[in-house]
Amino acid sequence: MQNLIEIKGVRHAYRTDAGPLPVLDGLDVSVPEGGFVAVVGPSGCGKSTLTRLIAGLMKPDEGEVWLHGERVKGPRATVGMAFQNPVLLEWRTILKNVLLPLEIVPTKLSKKQAEERARFLLSLVGLEGFEDKRPSELSGGMRQRASLCRALIHQPDVLILDEPFGALDAFTREDLWQTMHRVKEREPFTAVLITHDLRESIFLADQVVVLSGRPARTQYVLDIPSNGPRTLDDLYTPEAAEQLNILRHQIQIAQGRAPAEEARS
Amino acid sequence: MTVWKTVRGIGVPLIAVVVFLLFWEWLVWVNGWPKFKMAAPSDLPPAYERHWDLFLTMGWQTLWRTVLGLFLAVLFGTLLGMIMGFSRLMRDALYPLLVGFNAIPKATVVPIVALMFVGQHDFNTVLLAFMISFFPIAVSVSIGLSTLEPEYRDILRSLGASQATIFWKIALPKTLPEFFGALKVAVTLAFIGTNLMEIVSPHGRGLGALFDSGRTNSDFPLMFAVLIALAFLGIVLYYIVVALEKIFAGWAERAPG
Repeated sequence: MQNLIEIKGVRHAYRTDAGPLPVLDGLDVSVPEGGFVAVVGPSGCGKSTLTRLIAGLMKPDEGEVWLHGERVKGPRATVGMAFQNPVLLEWRTILKNVLLPLEIVPTKLSKKQAEERARFLLSLVGLEGFEDKRPSELSGGMRQRASLCRALIHQPDVLILDEPFGALDAFTREDLWQTMHRVKEREPFTAVLITHDLRESIFLADQVVVLSGRPARTQYVLDIPSNGPRTLDDLYTPEAAEQLNILRHQIQIAQGRAPAEEARS
Repeated sequence: MTVWKTVRGIGVPLIAVVVFLLFWEWLVWVNGWPKFKMAAPSDLPPAYERHWDLFLTMGWQTLWRTVLGLFLAVLFGTLLGMIMGFSRLMRDALYPLLVGFNAIPKATVVPIVALMFVGQHDFNTVLLAFMISFFPIAVSVSIGLSTLEPEYRDILRSLGASQATIFWKIALPKTLPEFFGALKVAVTLAFIGTNLMEIVSPHGRGLGALFDSGRTNSDFPLMFAVLIALAFLGIVLYYIVVALEKIFAGWAERAPG
């Protein structure tokens, strides 16, 4: 089966005053249609660069990024993005914020249909009744929920999530993880999630990619066997503990704290 | 509750003005200052009465020239701010020039302008009001645009939006609170510009010229009456800006506490 996202041998370096700073060096990631891939790795290893590559906001120095069998050469309307900072527009209501992408992307929906869809998405993430509020009236978790709706409103092929839950408190975060599963059931999407949270990665994704330290390459890929939506209890099973263990060890290798040759027995 | 709020909103500043006038009156009375040293508030109504026609025509001249200068400052300042906000190169190039220009006391510019455009009193006055007030607008717009978080851009850019769309949908509205903050400063500055020209240039018009004629005739009550009239115009214009701010950037206002 053809993968929806195919990243092959991507290399990229930022030009700085001190010479080129390589951030990505031989990166391979593939995400099948409907797949959910989490990317973890040490801080500053180029994870955000990866999201910008998929979104077409940047071109890699070397290697290829394919989306839906087409080479990504520039921004395209078929991605939805959500960041750690929800970046809602303060002067718009929540509903108008969610509708923003439809003002840019060509859509077949009428104004009324678009609004209905926005209301549906908002109710899906638990923001019913907040449509006419301003972002400043919402809590951080609620703003992040609204930001998710905005990323989904134009039915993007790919949802790019750059640490969207990173700034939230632990309880709100777990709440949002469950929301993600609920949304995916009703509104299937393909997603790439950048995260620092290993529990988050195994809870949400069906494949976790560990990047090495800078310059990043694909160091390890862990498949998470899934059967439908998960519950928080699934995080406290022996399997989950084993997965977390593997990932933690891989991160240590990536950070250079555990030499690769000292492999686990 | 809302009625009480309105009463308080109007009443409190009004009471403050009355207290200030009483204090001023008392200061003149207790020191026994004669009229040619310092006018008291009670000297002002007769001064207005004597020169009411002049106040109306001169006040109008001052007002329209200030507003026109301010309007040009908004246009030019916003344009300059956009250029500096979007281009790092232009920002580096223009900032020293702009700061240097702003550092020149505008009183020294008055005779130069008056010589360059002899007899063009209206034009000169508008020019000075403009020159003195575009700086804060340009700086605030450029800062507002250059500090736009990259994620805001990315959200729209990833959808294929053009730079113009990003400007209209995000950059411009996001800069409005800073813009209005600067406009409040610019309003009062523009009055200073207008009056500098009116006072200094011979055969001037406007409230500045009226002030000057009060000075040559040692008519202290008239001079003070002009100052109060200027303050009044300044307050009116300031609150017009506040009202515009409420309409266009009211979202930026947070409930206190």
